[in-house]
Amino acid sequence: MHERVALDFEKPILDLEKKIAEMKALSGTSQLGLDDEITRLEKKAGKLRSEIYSSLTRWQRVQMARHPDRPYTLDYLNRIFTDFIELHGDRSYGDDPAIICGFGTFEGVSVFVMGHQKGRGTKDNLYRNFGMPNPEGYRKARRLMQLADHFSKPIISFIDTPGAYPGLGAEERGQAEAIAGNLMAMANLRVPFIAVVLGEGGSGGALAIGIADRVLMLENSIYSVISPEGCASILYRDSSEAPRAAEAMKVTASDLKGMKLIDEVIPEPLGGAHRDPDTTAENVRKVLKKHLTELQKTPGEELCRLRRERFMKVGVWEKK
Amino acid sequence: MAWFEKSKKGLAPKEKAQIPDGLWLKCENCGEIIFRKELQKNLSICQKCRFHFRINGRDYIALLIDEGTYREFNTDLVSADPLKFKDTKRYPDRVQQAIKSTGINDAVRTGVGLLDGRKIVFVAMEFTFFGGSVGSVVGEKITQAVIRSIEGRYPLVLVSASGGMRMQEGMYSLLQMAKTTCALAQLAEAKIPYISLLTHPTTGGTTASFSMLGNVIIAEPGALIGFAGPRVIKQTIGQDLPPGFQRSEFLLQHGFIDMIVDRSQLKKTISTLLMHLTTEATPDDDSK
Ligand SMILES: [Zn+2]
Repeated sequence: MHERVALDFEKPILDLEKKIAEMKALSGTSQLGLDDEITRLEKKAGKLRSEIYSSLTRWQRVQMARHPDRPYTLDYLNRIFTDFIELHGDRSYGDDPAIICGFGTFEGVSVFVMGHQKGRGTKDNLYRNFGMPNPEGYRKARRLMQLADHFSKPIISFIDTPGAYPGLGAEERGQAEAIAGNLMAMANLRVPFIAVVLGEGGSGGALAIGIADRVLMLENSIYSVISPEGCASILYRDSSEAPRAAEAMKVTASDLKGMKLIDEVIPEPLGGAHRDPDTTAENVRKVLKKHLTELQKTPGEELCRLRRERFMKVGVWEKK
Repeated sequence: MAWFEKSKKGLAPKEKAQIPDGLWLKCENCGEIIFRKELQKNLSICQKCRFHFRINGRDYIALLIDEGTYREFNTDLVSADPLKFKDTKRYPDRVQQAIKSTGINDAVRTGVGLLDGRKIVFVAMEFTFFGGSVGSVVGEKITQAVIRSIEGRYPLVLVSASGGMRMQEGMYSLLQMAKTTCALAQLAEAKIPYISLLTHPTTGGTTASFSMLGNVIIAEPGALIGFAGPRVIKQTIGQDLPPGFQRSEFLLQHGFIDMIVDRSQLKKTISTLLMHLTTEATPDDDSK
């Protein structure tokens, strides 16, 4: 069996679960009368789980959002879309495996799907550049969302990136223009557009596929203007103060729902998406379907007008 | 040229000087020792290497807008503190401190004025206020300025100087990228020209939104322009950055800006561009 990666605060639960599994194995092969003990431990585990996961700190949510076992874009594509066909390239420089784009069927509807893709394991992560796109990734997304718009196909985007890649080549090839151009492209779309933050919503690199009619977040995902580490290294001159920065910036799904900056928080199974990707994907499917059905009732021009209006209202200020 | 002298008279007493005090100063680019008064006379440009010292929003108004025609609006908008943000100090205290030291209420000036007799909406960012960072006030003021452009059919000229989005307002700040872009989408549909001037430095989400969305993008010589800051890139790749990396000349070479214009030629250049982009005329009559 795949060895679980355990976050510090998950350890007591995983240890207990391991013990229960061992006892079950034993009781199956012997007559030791362990059933009562197993029941007792399972109860204890259930209590421990709800205690720990119902009171996660913001920093613990950041860790959940970055959990190496957390389901990524492809895990959802495989579960809730059919007939998926991946399309590649920005038609001017290259293809970027950190962003996946293509057409698929969702609940009987042909849709365009795009999403950041992190890798699983070192080799895969190097290939995916840890989900940090280069300009060609954003331009591929732009090209294809405009294609979707051209053929009146709804758009679904999955956000999960530490941020746009801060490298030499990325700057040379215009990372800023790539993102800015995407923002403008999204402001002009005349089709239903739903964005779901799956894990990390890392700053401009996340927003570059996120100006949608509905912005949804998984319960343990985060979305922030700068990474907690980046914020900490500027404000506290020490990136290890990231937990403090995460608290100060209020980066969790429930924080952003409270500020009315997102539309809905999608629940995860107890213990997080990585503990049960199937249930998580089913939750995402249900909520996506609800919003898509609603949006499809609105004409494209109206969607575009409402989308602009929505974002043009964002902000809090005072008059002196 | 007298433009700087004029603007100096208008400076609020507490407004922070862009050029450090003292009779002499050193060019940060070539090391030349420059007489302060001489620098001011020369639009804050080093005469040896043409390095453009940073000047503030008010100076750009004096440089580009016909004298006495600028009407600033929304000067009374000030930051709220939606996150109750606190690092080593409370955010509202930092804002108050910035207001005191700069004499303005946030990192941008917006208004209307004449440029060579043509009415425009003119927006100038103020780097000295919170590093020109974009929070709700800057986003709202720019958005309102764009709306004014559309309503009056006035061209938009925007001077960027910014370190990016303001983290003390969290996601409200990040979404100002979306907000200003949506306003600019309306401007584009109304077919009103937008000229973006990038000055030193323009980085982060500012570059990755409204700054890079001009119909024409101009940069001052030697300005640092990019998405990621040089320090972050250096950390990521673990080596020193090549000379000239992310400077205006680098961006021009890679095709991301239309032109580099010396400060002394800015007004004339923008004026000519606006003439080309706005004038509707029939060809001259040969028979005359
Ligand atoms: Zn010099």
